[in-house]
Amino acid sequence: MGMTITEKILAAHAGKEAVRPGDLIDARVDVALGNDITAPIAIEQFRKTGRKTVFDKNKVVLVADHFAPNKDIKSAQQCAFMRRFAREQDLTHYFEGGNAGIEHVLLPEQGIVLPGDLVIGADSHTCTYGGLGAFATGVGSTDLAAVMATGRLWFKVPETVKFVYSGTRRPWVDGKDLILYTIGRIGVDGALYQAMEFTGETVDTLSMDERFTMANMAIEAGAKNGIFIPDGVVETYVHQRAERPYRFYESDPDASYKDIVEIDVSGIEPQVAFPHLPENVRGIRDVGKIPIDQAVIGSCTNGRFSDLATAAKVLKGKKAAPGVRLIIIPATPAVYKQALTEGLFDVFLDAGAVISPPTCGPCLGGYMGILAEGERAVATTNRNFVGRMGHRKSEVYLSNPAVAAASAVLGRLAGPDDLGVLY
Amino acid sequence: MRFEGRAWKFGANVDTDAIIPARYLNESDPEALAAHCMEDEDSRFVFDARPGDIIVAGTNFGCGSSREHAPIAIKARGIPCVIASSFARIFYRNAFNMGLPILESSDAVAGVSEGDTVEADLSSGRITNLTTGAVFSSKPIPPFMQRIIQDGGLMGHIAKAKEKE
Ligand code: SF4
Repeated sequence: MGMTITEKILAAHAGKEAVRPGDLIDARVDVALGNDITAPIAIEQFRKTGRKTVFDKNKVVLVADHFAPNKDIKSAQQCAFMRRFAREQDLTHYFEGGNAGIEHVLLPEQGIVLPGDLVIGADSHTCTYGGLGAFATGVGSTDLAAVMATGRLWFKVPETVKFVYSGTRRPWVDGKDLILYTIGRIGVDGALYQAMEFTGETVDTLSMDERFTMANMAIEAGAKNGIFIPDGVVETYVHQRAERPYRFYESDPDASYKDIVEIDVSGIEPQVAFPHLPENVRGIRDVGKIPIDQAVIGSCTNGRFSDLATAAKVLKGKKAAPGVRLIIIPATPAVYKQALTEGLFDVFLDAGAVISPPTCGPCLGGYMGILAEGERAVATTNRNFVGRMGHRKSEVYLSNPAVAAASAVLGRLAGPDDLGVLY
Repeated sequence: MRFEGRAWKFGANVDTDAIIPARYLNESDPEALAAHCMEDEDSRFVFDARPGDIIVAGTNFGCGSSREHAPIAIKARGIPCVIASSFARIFYRNAFNMGLPILESSDAVAGVSEGDTVEADLSSGRITNLTTGAVFSSKPIPPFMQRIIQDGGLMGHIAKAKEKE
């Protein structure tokens, strides 16, 4: 019997001919990631193993992005602790300061993760790399420590659910809307422990950035990983970046799936997830009149260049409504530079935006745009849990970049159509 | 291993931001994290929870981020065990790695009210509501996983294994 792409990658890394859902396997890891929140604990745990050096200095990647540039003394201590370890171990891929960006945008951009890889990261959105056709999943710091020591980790092979998207997208509907719609349909635990495989004719039309956005939010449905079958779009993206061999896997025609979910996208409008769960989605026409205090465009979900370009298209020649704080966060230095050289910053500054250096910032309620009691934000991020962006009594509405930009201008939840901007 | 304690009842989808808000993640000292455990979910918890109390929650407990700070905060708060209808995947892994035992049983969650006294037996998976006398079953925790818990988590367990070599 055939295997899915997820099963094939896991089997290859476990040195097995085949694996089946439920199998417990011990697998080789290609890339192991930590950040300034999770790496310090992992490093302490790594010390407890009694090993002196990490298994491979090219494969352990550390990024200071969550509370960096250091937001306070405690986060400075954590970053310093991580930096000392990175230097001591002479890690090839250690990012801080002007080299750092949001990890899940940075790693693919730098060619560090590639198709066919098995990647673990002590960050739940590690599943983003499934956009490339890699198996990537979030783990805790202790699992990261075990991999830093041995280069291996145990996994339970997940069942796969196949999502088949068909139909033509409406204007302003992008990958974010497809994944929000999907989570709305199956719920925040709709894919618990499972692999989400994104397929179908509509998926073929998605840009690389949009695929990352969708895979990024697989965890918001409880999934272990989200994955796309790599194609020409992926090849174009990776071929100039890759400095080592990579491999395209695909699911066999007779692979078995736990479930197949068919989604016709032609009726889907831009989606907004209401507080306090990503599954509380509504189409933009059904949101009602909800005033906002802040709009955030950024994060590992939607902080890539194309996201900023879409926002700029909506914001061109317009201003954020009085009393609305518009915060734009290019995800990496490369995105930042491209936005600058292509004139996006002019549009943003004229619109009254604050442009932040690349950081996670307000996405997890860190800094650079924390909400006060009773405030509401529309954000292109991935989570709208209670208190996620600040005060326990603040609210976050998740959307795509076009909706966030239009909402900033109108001062309430709105789509670009409400602004009269042509697609 | 068995535990007995007073139940704190929570709903479904208690996420890691509710267990330990990200604003406190600029440090990783267990006691400091414990001081804010469940703060945004139920502000009474930080003041009124007693060591030995047991958390009983709905489906998808621990969803959201991969932060180990979540099971660390719960454990450091003196909670010996969490019973839920289901757990989010990364939390499940982290809990065992941190030495926090967790049991899955929708029946037990439905049959326990806030404040009831609950007994949980890891070896048999038996959960007893001592207040009402009702008995529920959950998947037993295999002996090797119990040893990880006894050794204080995966790293303690690995270190112990190394000593014996
Ligand atoms: S941008 Fe937000 S979701 Fe992404 S890694 Fe940073 S904190 Fe996590």
